[in-house]
Amino acid sequence: MAESGVTATVGAGRTRGQWLSTVARQRELSLVAIMLVLGGLVSITAPQFLTLSNLSQVAVLASITAVAAVGEALVVITKNIDLSVEAMIGLVAYCVAIVLERHALDAPAAIAFGIGIGLVLGMINGVIVTLLKVPAIVATLGTLSIFRGVDYLVAGSHQVPLAGLPPGFTDPARDSVLGIPIFVLVALVVVVIGSIVLRSTRFGRQVYAVGSNPEAAAILGIPSRLVVFAAFSLCGLLSGVAGVLWVMEFGTINGTSATGVVLSVVAAVVVGGVAIFGGSGTLAGAALGALFLGFIANALILVGLSQFWLQAIYGVVILVAVSADAIILRRIQRATAERRAR
Amino acid sequence: MSAAVAPSNSQRRWTGLLARWETLLVVAVIGLIALGASLSPFFLTPGNFSNLIAALMEVAIMALPMTLIIVAGEIDLSVESMAGLASAILGFLWAAGVPLWIGIPVVLVVGALGGLMNGLLVARGGLPSLVVTLGTMALFRGLALIVLGPRGVSNFPSAFTELGFGHVPGTLIPWPFVIFVLLALLLGILLHRTWVGRQVYAIGKNAGTARFSGVRVARVRVGLFVLSGLIAALAGVILTSRLSSARADAGSGMTLTVVTVVLLGGVNIFGGSGTIPGVVLAVFAVAIMQNALRLASVTVEVQSIALGLLLILSVVIPTFAHQAKSAVDRVRGGRPPPADSVPHGEAALS
Repeated sequence: MAESGVTATVGAGRTRGQWLSTVARQRELSLVAIMLVLGGLVSITAPQFLTLSNLSQVAVLASITAVAAVGEALVVITKNIDLSVEAMIGLVAYCVAIVLERHALDAPAAIAFGIGIGLVLGMINGVIVTLLKVPAIVATLGTLSIFRGVDYLVAGSHQVPLAGLPPGFTDPARDSVLGIPIFVLVALVVVVIGSIVLRSTRFGRQVYAVGSNPEAAAILGIPSRLVVFAAFSLCGLLSGVAGVLWVMEFGTINGTSATGVVLSVVAAVVVGGVAIFGGSGTLAGAALGALFLGFIANALILVGLSQFWLQAIYGVVILVAVSADAIILRRIQRATAERRAR
Repeated sequence: MSAAVAPSNSQRRWTGLLARWETLLVVAVIGLIALGASLSPFFLTPGNFSNLIAALMEVAIMALPMTLIIVAGEIDLSVESMAGLASAILGFLWAAGVPLWIGIPVVLVVGALGGLMNGLLVARGGLPSLVVTLGTMALFRGLALIVLGPRGVSNFPSAFTELGFGHVPGTLIPWPFVIFVLLALLLGILLHRTWVGRQVYAIGKNAGTARFSGVRVARVRVGLFVLSGLIAALAGVILTSRLSSARADAGSGMTLTVVTVVLLGGVNIFGGSGTIPGVVLAVFAVAIMQNALRLASVTVEVQSIALGLLLILSVVIPTFAHQAKSAVDRVRGGRPPPADSVPHGEAALS
């Protein structure tokens, strides 16, 4: 089911199948095109939409989702899913905030601590899925509940206020380097490193192989369980990064922080062109998907629609993106089959 | 199903019965009752039992169609949002002056339509139910928020709140429990005693084979999702009645408990096996566990740790029990069970 595999068999200079697979592979471009059109339409009613300060605000907020979406994309490419990301983000955010408030660690150590917790939580998911052989949906639905419960247990009714954080800790959410907001830089670094790893390393190719065809991957001697474990661990690590960013962005943290984020993360991944059937998609697409959702959320506010529409729109986005994927995939397969028959 | 484990002698029948998942659940329920009784003198009172059952009835009712869906190899994550949407629409209509005898049927139709949408996308569109229902989970909740916003509607007539809050006259049996028992009988007969049920098992075991055997796979799947949406809406009505309040966020987080109850009841997450009686037992087990934890003053939020562990363990334990059994069989020189017969439900641990 890997797109790369399909296009390889299609070869050069062919008609419908290739055109469709080009569209499928250029999900990133279609997203950008939709965003441009949308941006134009919104700016007619709300001129402040296309201002630099508004757009950078959108990008900063979307960066948090983007980092988590990159982790989720890794897991989805291996034909699994992680529903526990929001609980990991919330738990990491609270742990980072509380150690800072209690002055147990200084800022850099607290950041490392938070990312470390994320990694451990992701490894727990990985162990449950690969070693205990629980399907990812059940495993991560369970850990979603467990991690959130631990968050409540640790936090109780306590809330870390903005004033509890060391001065300057939340500055990265507002500062920029060379004109680019720091959060956006973090997301870019994550996407670039992740993309290079996926594209050019043995592990990266194994991730696609496992998701594309687990049986074939096993016959080729690919350590599938190790690869899936690594994907879940990295997803936890990136959720940890997102959790740290969450503290910097919002400052005030309690046991319910980041509730409901998983829907926007999964929506970002799906709309970014990562096939839910596993085996295809790019990390840049997932990050762009996050930006797309942030764009829509911002446009809603400016157009004057209530925030309540957001959840429904996420749902529609997920359904439309999955349907589009399935239709394109079916067309490609049919076109390929026709060509083989000739 | 039990014919498949027909024991050859009385001793094996005994060990078979002992190792059945349902038997383990009965033991667990007894253990939990003992634990609860040791925690508080109020635990073993009829009033407490009435309360602990009433508290879980929406989940229990939604678990019944979910059982059929998971047996058929699918999942429906959208039930909690459908319950919320039902609550929101009911509240909206009531606040707008529409009487409940119109409002409740409207809400049930909305539930069936939502289920139809899930079913068509899964069965006709060929999309994975996990993602489709994750999408509709967001969509239905969003629609609930759009319909009702953040407000709550609470001036319902007492005849309506009696449905969720009251008891059968002269007893301590809550009305929702009566609805649950009726639905459990209905769906139990449908699953275990009719051709529809046989088809559901066939689809869950191997959808391709079922199709070639003349089962109308798509039609059955669509029917199951419609049933799930309809009953989720009914659960939303009961929840609204029990809390005497319609809210858009009603039922948030319930899907987890529903899936936990179903899997704890011995339904195989990969489809193909599981029983309604097992799920009914699991309802009691979870209700008693939650009540016992509450008596031990564990807050509802922290209880989610126990629930999540329970969910994962109810998949892990049968898998490893099956592996252990295969290993024992190999040592004894017996024929190993077929690799694809992932155990669960009925003869899992025999």
